[in-house]
Parts: sequence; C-alpha cells; structure tokens
Amino acid sequence: MTEPVIRLHGLGKSFGPNVVLQDINLDIHPGEIIGILGENGAGKSTLLKLISGVYQPSTGSLEMGGKQYQELDPVTSRRLGIAMIPQEFNLVPTLRVYENVFLGQEVRKRGFLDRATMRQKTREVMATLQSTLDPEAPISSLSVAEKQMVEVARVLVDDARVVILDEPTTVLTDPEVKVLFDVVRRLQATGVAVLFISHKLKEVKDLCHTVLILRDGQVVEQCATNDLDEESMARKMVGRELSQVFPEKQGQQGEVALEVRQLSLDSVLSDVNFTLHRGQILGLSGLVGSGRTEIAETIMGLRQKTSGQILINGEPCTIQSPEDAHRRNLAYLSEDRQGKGLVMSFNLIENITLLSLKRYIKGLIRHRAERRQAEHYQQALSIRTASLTTEVGLLSGGNQQKVYLAKLLDIEPEILILDEPTRGIDVGTKHEFYRLIRGLASEGKAILVISSELEEIIGLCDQVLVVREGRIVADLHDEQITEEDIMLYAAGARSASDVTEAGVALS
Amino acid sequence: MNQARTLTDRFSSSVNRLGLDLTILAPLIALVVLLIASSLASEYFLNTRNLTNVMRQVSYTGIIAIGVTFVIIGGGIDLSVGSMVALVGVLLLYALNAVTDPVMAIVVGILVALGSGALFGVFNGLLVTRGKITAFIATLATMSIFRSVALYLTDAGEVVSRNPLFPNLGGGYWLGVPIPVWAFLILAVAAHILLFYTRFGRHLCAVGANAQVARYSGIRVRTVILGSFTIAGACVGLSAIMLSSRLNSISPSDAGVLYELDAIAAVVIGGTALSGGKGSIWGTVIGALILGIINNMLNLLGVSPYLQGLVKGSVILIAVLVQYKRQQ
Repeated sequence: MTEPVIRLHGLGKSFGPNVVLQDINLDIHPGEIIGILGENGAGKSTLLKLISGVYQPSTGSLEMGGKQYQELDPVTSRRLGIAMIPQEFNLVPTLRVYENVFLGQEVRKRGFLDRATMRQKTREVMATLQSTLDPEAPISSLSVAEKQMVEVARVLVDDARVVILDEPTTVLTDPEVKVLFDVVRRLQATGVAVLFISHKLKEVKDLCHTVLILRDGQVVEQCATNDLDEESMARKMVGRELSQVFPEKQGQQGEVALEVRQLSLDSVLSDVNFTLHRGQILGLSGLVGSGRTEIAETIMGLRQKTSGQILINGEPCTIQSPEDAHRRNLAYLSEDRQGKGLVMSFNLIENITLLSLKRYIKGLIRHRAERRQAEHYQQALSIRTASLTTEVGLLSGGNQQKVYLAKLLDIEPEILILDEPTRGIDVGTKHEFYRLIRGLASEGKAILVISSELEEIIGLCDQVLVVREGRIVADLHDEQITEEDIMLYAAGARSASDVTEAGVALS
Repeated sequence: MNQARTLTDRFSSSVNRLGLDLTILAPLIALVVLLIASSLASEYFLNTRNLTNVMRQVSYTGIIAIGVTFVIIGGGIDLSVGSMVALVGVLLLYALNAVTDPVMAIVVGILVALGSGALFGVFNGLLVTRGKITAFIATLATMSIFRSVALYLTDAGEVVSRNPLFPNLGGGYWLGVPIPVWAFLILAVAAHILLFYTRFGRHLCAVGANAQVARYSGIRVRTVILGSFTIAGACVGLSAIMLSSRLNSISPSDAGVLYELDAIAAVVIGGTALSGGKGSIWGTVIGALILGIINNMLNLLGVSPYLQGLVKGSVILIAVLVQYKRQQ
C-alpha cells in the first residue's frame, strides 16, 4: 500500500477536565474514502478540527510528509493540503463562481488580477468534475448543490490532498446526493483522500472504503465498510440495541383537522389540495425547491396566498401571520432551526415560552412558572443541558431541535407542520423524534411532515403526497409508499432511467 | 459535582431574577473602583454637594441612555436624541409660555414634551420599519432635521421660560435628592420591569437577536421596533423637561449637543451589545454614572477640558474590548 498522507498517533483532546477525544490512531491513504460515524457529541467534529488545525491536540501528534506535528494551525494545515468543505458554505454571494474558486489565492499578473487565467482554470476544474457550471455565474443565482460544487472546485484548485466533507448531504435531495457521490469518487480517483462525515449510514455504506466509528470520544470500530451492515453500524454508534427504528403505524384517524383547497402562491404553487386528519402523519415529499416549504409557509401566513382556501376543523379561516396561525393552534417547525426557529442567544426557558408567553403573564411575566414549564419539557423530551439558563446556541443539534419542538408544543397545537424535523441530528435522537412524533399523533394531533429523507417519509408517514414544481403530483397510501414510486413522481419521470437522467440534470 | 452545579445554577438564576445578568458585573466593579479612586484622589469628591451635582448631571443623559438602550437591544441605533432634546425643549417652552395659569402651563408643558418626544420617536421608527431605512442613516437624517427645525423656530435664539414654578421641576429636591435624579431612578426601575417582565421586553430581545426567528414566532417585528423608538423619544421628552427647567430656558444651538454619543457610550459601557438582542437597564445606569464621575473627576483634578474627550473615548474602547474578549 502507498505511504499514508496523514497518520494520527494517539490523538486526544480535553477541555479542562472534559476528555472529548482520546487515543485516536488512524492512517489516511491517498485515494481512500473514510467514513466517520458517531452520534452528536461523539467527537467527530473535534477530530476534524484537530486535523484542520482549528484545535490543538492535548495528547498525541499528527504525522504528515514524514514530519511530526504536535500543533497545527489552520494556515499550516491548509498549506499541507488539508481542505475542509464545511456544512455552511463560505462563499461570497455577491461574487462570481471563478472569483469564489480563487478567493484568497487570486492569480495575478503584474500586480493585477488575471481574470482570464482564473476563468480558464475554473472551467478546467469544472470539466474534471463533469459540471457545466458557468465560471461567470454569480453565486447568489446557484442552487445549494451548485454551491457545493464551487466549494469542491476551490479545493481542487488548492491542490488538496485530504478533503474533509462535514455532513455534505444534509442540504441535498437524493438525486443531488448521487451527483455529489460521483464527484467525490472522481476526487478520490485523482489520488485525494476523503474524510466523509455523515449521520446517514446508508451513504457511508455506499461511498466509503473504510469506516471509523466514534463513541464518547473513543474509536469503537475501525474496519472495511463491507464488513459491517447498517444495523451493526448504528448499534456501535449508539452503544446499545436500537429498538425498531420507526414506531408502529396506526390506522386510527379522526376527523379532518386541516383542509387546503386550491391553494396558489404566485408562480410558486398552483392548485394545492389536501386534507389532514387528527391522528394522522401525512408526509410531504419532493425535491428541494419543489414547493414543499412554500406550502407550509403559505398555510402559516408567512407568505400571502394568491388564491385558495384553508379550513381548520371544517371552518374556513384567514391566516395572515404566524400569530393568526398560532391562535388557531397551528404550529410550524421550520427546516432552518438556527435562522428561523430558535433565538440562539436566548436560554432554553426563554425559547420555550416565546410563542406562549401570554400564558405566563399575570400583570408581569412569572419567571418561576416559565421555569417550571421548561423543566417539564426537559423531562418529557429528555433534553440534555447543563442548565435551563444555558444559551441554546451552545446545545447540540439534537437538543436544540427538542427545545424547538417544546417551543411549539407549549402553545398546545392541534396541527403541527414539521419541516425536516430530524435534519442534522444523530441516529439515536432521530429515533426518539420518530417516537415523539408518533406519540403526538396518537394523542390526536394532526401532523404534516416535510422531509427530504425518503427513508423517513416511508417509515414514519401514514400517507404521502409528492410535490413537484408547486403541484401535488401523487397521493400515495400504504404499500404504494415506496422509494421508487416517490422518486418517479418527484422527478416527474415515468421510468427509472428517466429518474437518473433528471438527477444528472440537477447538477 | 451535581450539587455544585445546582448551586451555581441557583445562584445564576437568582442573579437573573434581579436582572443582574453576570455581564453587568464588570461595569459594576469598574464603578466601585472608580468611586474609591475618586474619593482618594480628591477630598471634594465625596462632598454631598458635589455628589448631588454629579447625579443631577448624569440624570439628563442617563434618562436618554435608558431610552436608547431599548433601541439598541432591538438591533437599532438612535443618533437623533441630542437634537431632539433641543427641539422638544423649544416646543415645551413655547407651550409653557402660551398658557397663563402657571400650574396648568406646567401640566400642558409636560404633556407637550413627552408627547412630541414620543411622536418624533414614532417618526424615526416609521422611517426604519416602513421606510426600510437603516436606523443609522434614518436617525442621522433626523438628527440634522430636528436641530434645524429648532434653530429655525427660534431664529437660533435662547427661549426663556416666564413660568415662576417651572424651575422647581429640574432644580427642586425631594428627600434631599434632586428631582431629575428621582426621575432617572424611577424611570430605570420602570424600564427594567418593561424589559424583563413584559411581553414587549422579551419580544424586543428576540427581534434584536434574530428578526427572522421573531417573525416566524409570530412576533410583530415592526410594531416592536416602532415601540423601542417611541420609548427613546419619550425619554428624550423627559430629559428635555428636566434640563430646560433646571436652566429655566433652552438654547436650540447648545442643548443636547453630543448627548447621543454620551447615551450610546453609557449603553455600551453598561454591557449592552451594539449588535442587539441582549442588554440591561442597570448596566446603562452604571455606564452613565461611570461617565459622569469621570467627567467630574477630570474637572476636580483640573485636567484640561480638551482632554476629557480622550478619556471618555478610551473608557468606551476599554469597555468594548472587555466585552469582546469575554465573548470569545
């Protein structure tokens, strides 16, 4: 086998008395794709930060090019060929593709920018990635998947030898994920080593050669991906037997809670019709940008509908703001937890009571009553936090999401719209969420789930609507709910080969 | 370990209940140190008369600073408060001199001052919320407008009150404490309650921290921001009453000059983040006191008045640096 690009020798990291990572030994070879798995807080991101020089190791060292590094700073790490593609892209939206690709490493000729060369090189790199992205296109006009492509191109231009992908697929739809995987394989074929961090076991299984599983800061498994099936991966991550992933579906459905009739929104949505019953979990599937979120936001009064009718408990009602929606016991969990869901600088209590504050006011806000209610949710949803007065920005993704759910539950909603309810949270917490959501449904609440994860839609929902280009194109029940059917409708194709073509077209 | 955690938790929660967020500790310590240093540096400092004067001076800008705290927590800024003092003061004295019955005149005057202040605040707020102009630019413009109108109305001349009772407001005492100081302290208590114990206060923090989250949470973002500017305007009205009655007149060219900077400085020294979302009234009160005492000390010690700006500027820089370091 070839010489490793990096060797990690007994790498460890502690923050004060807190050991977050210990004794990591790993050889990373050129052209290898290593999957790194672990629940939130298992130490994945700490490991990445040690490799990319953001953190300094407390013990151990990194070996690169025959040299030992006890300490590494981001600049050195980058110079040594380690590149990270972050979850949140670091692109300047006002600049063009080639300008972003060469940001910070502009090609100059006699002190002035050499645009022609940069454009040309960008075109070449895009060609290697088999992408037709125009170097002149402004970043703000790109889709999420295209932005990711720009990040990858940037790494290639930089002559990276190790590329770290931190949960790159959370923001992508299934066809886009396929395109990304092709790109990663092409990267790997050029001899680049790839570290792939994901919550999604299937992706790791499909893409990676070897897998490293972390739990509580330690390596619990390191082997060829072929030697493990998804279930044993999950078991090793969590460290306990997982009860059935999805809770039993229940046929019990009550009367209609929400009815949407001929809903239209400018050119985004047209003629959307559906009914949601009490006790039902209704799935809304479709590609990113198909109009799923817009349906939710229009119902919530965040967008003003062009035409159509919304009925709650059979009564037509006008909802012009989220405030109106809340008053009708309708609550919405946005897909963007940090940007639209929680106030990151507020503590748990303040976030949980933000919608329901009125209830805690008898003349003045009763802080003690607020705290008691927050304690209740802390118990009921098993929110892990040092204190209820901790800023939610400091919590892990899964715990933030629980706080977000508590915030909605505190208005005692009858209808819940959950947009990507398990985005960016680990397997164990995901399962908790599935049980919670099912539990809420069996209490008689009506639940609309929007999700890009087909597995989740299929496993969780009683009925699935597929959205494409702002219309509902399919209404699937029971055994009709299959991955293939949903994809066929979502991509607007009639045969499986069409689906893959549609997938490629997205790049 | 567990017990320790609950103890610190309990401590921080009881501290929270007082509204004394831990961020307020730094300015509080600075104030105490400054008090000790000042009493050692000058024998006149602890003189009742000197202290009373300092407090009175502080209260004019302090009242405004409390109003500005709301605007800043909501993610805005108000540069127009200094000019607004002059314009409100002019309107107040016109109203005062127009009514013959002295008691009636004072009542009308107070209402005119608070009302016009609030109205100018609404104007600022509408520019920001409906006109979608950045608060900095909008209030920069109104700063110029308010001063100009005040100068035009009076032809740049001083307006003097003819009301015999009027000077008692700003110059009077109750229980040995000047009335402006009472106004300042009572306002601080009311503002603290508004910020920590009402829906408006909580919503204002949410809007300042992340307006998008606030909108998705069903908070009326524009109304809340409008409210913060209105409060700032009303506080300017109160300050204008105290200031003009103390002087028994108002000079449209001198009144309130650079008050906006003193007010913002007090807010920043008090630990309220300029980025919005969080803040404390007591911090602002302490910030205003720190600025006032520094001014007083420089006077007592005979430091050139030209150097006072340098000292004030340095204090602001230190305060911001300390905050910035803590956030890291």
